[in-house]
Amino acid sequence: MGKIDFARRWEKLKKAWYKFGKNPLSIIGATIVLIILLLAAFAPLVAPYPEHAGNYVNFPEASRPPSWKHLCGTDVFGRDILSRIFFGFRFSLGMGVVVISITAPVGVTLGLIAGYMKGSFMDTLIMRLTDIFVAVPPLVLALAVCSILKPSVFNAMMAISLLWWPWYCRLVYGISSSIRNEFYVQAAEVTGASKIHILFREIFPNCYGPIFTKLSLDMGWVILIGSALSFVGLGAQPPTPDLGTMVADGGKYMPDQWWIAVFPAFAIMFIVLGFNLLGDGIRDMLEVEEG
Amino acid sequence: MARRLLHIRDLHVRFDVYGGTLKVLNGVNLHLDEGEKVGLVGETGCGKTTTAKSILRILPMPPAKITGGEILLGKDDILKMGIRQLRELHSHGISMIFQDPTASLNPVFTIGDQLTDTIRYSTVEQKLTKRETKKRAVSALSDVSLPDPVRILENYPIQLSGGMRQRICIAMALASRSRLLIADEPTTSLDVTIQAQVLKLLGRLVEEKDTSTILITHSLGVVREWTQRVYVMYAGQMVETAPTKELFHSPFHPYTKGLMKAVPKLTGEGVALGISGRIPDYLNPPTGCRFHPRCPHVMDVCRKERPPYFVAGDTHEVACFLYREK
Amino acid sequence: MHFIKFLARRIGHSVFVILGLSILVFLIARVMPGDPARMALGPRAPEAVVQRFREELHLDKPIYVQYYYWLRGAVQGDFGMSLFTKRNVAHDVKEFLPATLELMVCTGIIFTVFGILLGVASARYANKWPDNVVRVFSYLGVCTPAYVFGILFLLLFGYVFNLLPTIGRLSPELEYPAHATGFITIDSIIAGDFRAFWDGLKHLIMPSVALALGPMAQEARITRSSMTENLQRDFIALERSQAIPERRIMTRYLMRISIIPTVSVLGLDFASQLGWAFLVELIFNWPGLSRYGINVMLHKDLNAIVAVIMIIGLVFLVVNIVVDIIVAGLDPRIRLGAERSK
Repeated sequence: MGKIDFARRWEKLKKAWYKFGKNPLSIIGATIVLIILLLAAFAPLVAPYPEHAGNYVNFPEASRPPSWKHLCGTDVFGRDILSRIFFGFRFSLGMGVVVISITAPVGVTLGLIAGYMKGSFMDTLIMRLTDIFVAVPPLVLALAVCSILKPSVFNAMMAISLLWWPWYCRLVYGISSSIRNEFYVQAAEVTGASKIHILFREIFPNCYGPIFTKLSLDMGWVILIGSALSFVGLGAQPPTPDLGTMVADGGKYMPDQWWIAVFPAFAIMFIVLGFNLLGDGIRDMLEVEEG
Repeated sequence: MARRLLHIRDLHVRFDVYGGTLKVLNGVNLHLDEGEKVGLVGETGCGKTTTAKSILRILPMPPAKITGGEILLGKDDILKMGIRQLRELHSHGISMIFQDPTASLNPVFTIGDQLTDTIRYSTVEQKLTKRETKKRAVSALSDVSLPDPVRILENYPIQLSGGMRQRICIAMALASRSRLLIADEPTTSLDVTIQAQVLKLLGRLVEEKDTSTILITHSLGVVREWTQRVYVMYAGQMVETAPTKELFHSPFHPYTKGLMKAVPKLTGEGVALGISGRIPDYLNPPTGCRFHPRCPHVMDVCRKERPPYFVAGDTHEVACFLYREK
Repeated sequence: MHFIKFLARRIGHSVFVILGLSILVFLIARVMPGDPARMALGPRAPEAVVQRFREELHLDKPIYVQYYYWLRGAVQGDFGMSLFTKRNVAHDVKEFLPATLELMVCTGIIFTVFGILLGVASARYANKWPDNVVRVFSYLGVCTPAYVFGILFLLLFGYVFNLLPTIGRLSPELEYPAHATGFITIDSIIAGDFRAFWDGLKHLIMPSVALALGPMAQEARITRSSMTENLQRDFIALERSQAIPERRIMTRYLMRISIIPTVSVLGLDFASQLGWAFLVELIFNWPGLSRYGINVMLHKDLNAIVAVIMIIGLVFLVVNIVVDIIVAGLDPRIRLGAERSK
């Protein structure tokens, strides 16, 4: 049984992959994400001035417009903006990965439990809790939590994590509450499978598609929110090469030294665009697969 | 001899989808005389509905595209009609009953909204007042034996049962007193007990108004009872046509034979059971005769060439090389 | 009947959510590490003052007692004193909320109207150039944070072309019209002061467009996909087969069913713009609740932070209820309670 199932899944995966490859936008998205991943991973090697990432000062070179020497110009401390952007990718990606790897498992587990036990006390408890969390725009709650904590990258990630799990919970809840009465779930119940087995082996596989889509789209979202926190000074603190902080700092020198803010802003757009295209690609691929 | 009402010649339709082009209709030929009742049978997905929607020019375009052929209604080619002629065609020429009444009624409008619009636009020249339109809507609903038509006009589709919805669709199709009615599997999506009722009603109404009818179905029993002539369709082509009695008596095409064998099993989806294999992939259809991968009598020529129609009797045609000599 | 029940359930649920939210926010504000009184007064305040402050805020009592005192005040519209403005928080909220609401309403109108228009255009000309332009725009809108739009607009229209005013709600030389609604555009019309109206409108344009572009892109995408999907449905084919003019099918039959998903996500879009307003108000120095919110957050002004979040939550809930009512009005399947999946 297991073997046949595996072969069929492999077949489906191959088909889905083929459809994914047919869509130029998803390929662009995947490429962008890959480029950013590589740039972030090898930032110290590929950045033209890796030492500019932190507390480096070189006033004679300060506020230079883009040139061959500094493709994106330099900031008010004379730091190469392009190098700082490469390091900024590290923080953005790191933030996205950390937040999602905390929130997705928690949200998914709670969603599975609530959905499977639909109508029970657990269901009510978990879902009403998510109602409360989503009653305020996520960015507002993140700002508030960060403002009460000490501003830092770590606290920003914790704050976003605290309020991100309900979205996964609701996503999974919708699916699991609708398939809990499917015959294979009931078959597993009758044969005495454990709750854990039913939740993660029988129900969970049905949620893969929407979860993967959401993971990719959420990378974009978390990065946006993280950058917003840094922008107002409640996230990453100055010498850190964070894209949001860079935009905020650059904003002060806006009309004349536009490059200080504009290039990091483009970098944020680039990274978010990549994850959005990828997420849409995954969704289309799975939708076509079903249809 | 009766006047020819509809004549489809060599109709080609394709669907541009993600990942390629589906050649869904590949040279469909069909004709129908005035007052005639013709059946169109074939497996699900063989292009019956696409043919029907092409006749009315209501295929969703894109993705569909009519790439060749002509559809003559009397002397006019439907495919060349302008907006005005098309409106005339829809209001008096041809109407259609769809397979799934749940999908064919707009869920966010009341039955009254939809039915009165149908009546209004099929009787534009009569300049009916609102009250008269409503009166006609009520009588259209009582014609299809719906109880309490005044209340039903206020209802939304979700408030009604499947059988009621299909009666409403029948009322809409007949409200315009068309010359030709296309009924696309009008009972497939209904409960078995309701099926007979709706069919009986439809039969009575068609008989009363003497409307020419194309009945699309995969139920051969219904075809036998209802129609004078049958077309058998396979993978976007007509493979055989004959008067109903003759077809049931002596089917020629291997596919038709397979269909007949499948009948006694009487399982809902059973048509395919009598024939091994599945309907081909429209993305890369088989070369030559599209049926050849499933055909028990396949010959070399079938793989290379598309069979033309061989005449086997007055009105019996079959597209199969087995009958080359006859 | 169904509808009244539906509404009652919806409002009851909202009351519950608001109460829950107040507990959540209260917990976040009080349980976090650090001494709120010390945080508020700064490290140099004498211990006696801090102690008195603690007693004033009931910080010396158990958390549920603190919550009880807070809730009792909040129900009466008393959120305590703001340490940042040294005034009653309720007073501050009353002063700053209208500006934010005006911005929100303006943004909401822009993104709903233009989002739907763009989506319709994109569906109408599917896969032709207008569709591609809209598609590129919508990706741009989705991936660009509102504050980046804000900064770019400030640069372009404020400084380079010098077309629009860059900060505040009204030019300093003009006087605020008599306070009736708190919306400058409306108040100035009431007062018959069209110069103020025009000036206020000009001030509104940049921040509201910066906020609207993201949700607008979202709305356009949803409208497009629901329209193209519905176009293939059998009911459209049926309507076409019955001589109903194409224009009527598009503007009536297709439109009403296709904007249901668009309207349903308005609430979420509204939420995202409420969030981004915190940054955009800061950039344009818009004297609204969100800018106030950022300021009190940067000053760790707990009473004010809690109040701002509660007010934002309340506004968001009201918007959601309104959206639900509109959706129910558009969609009999929800109104009649046939699909009670919520």
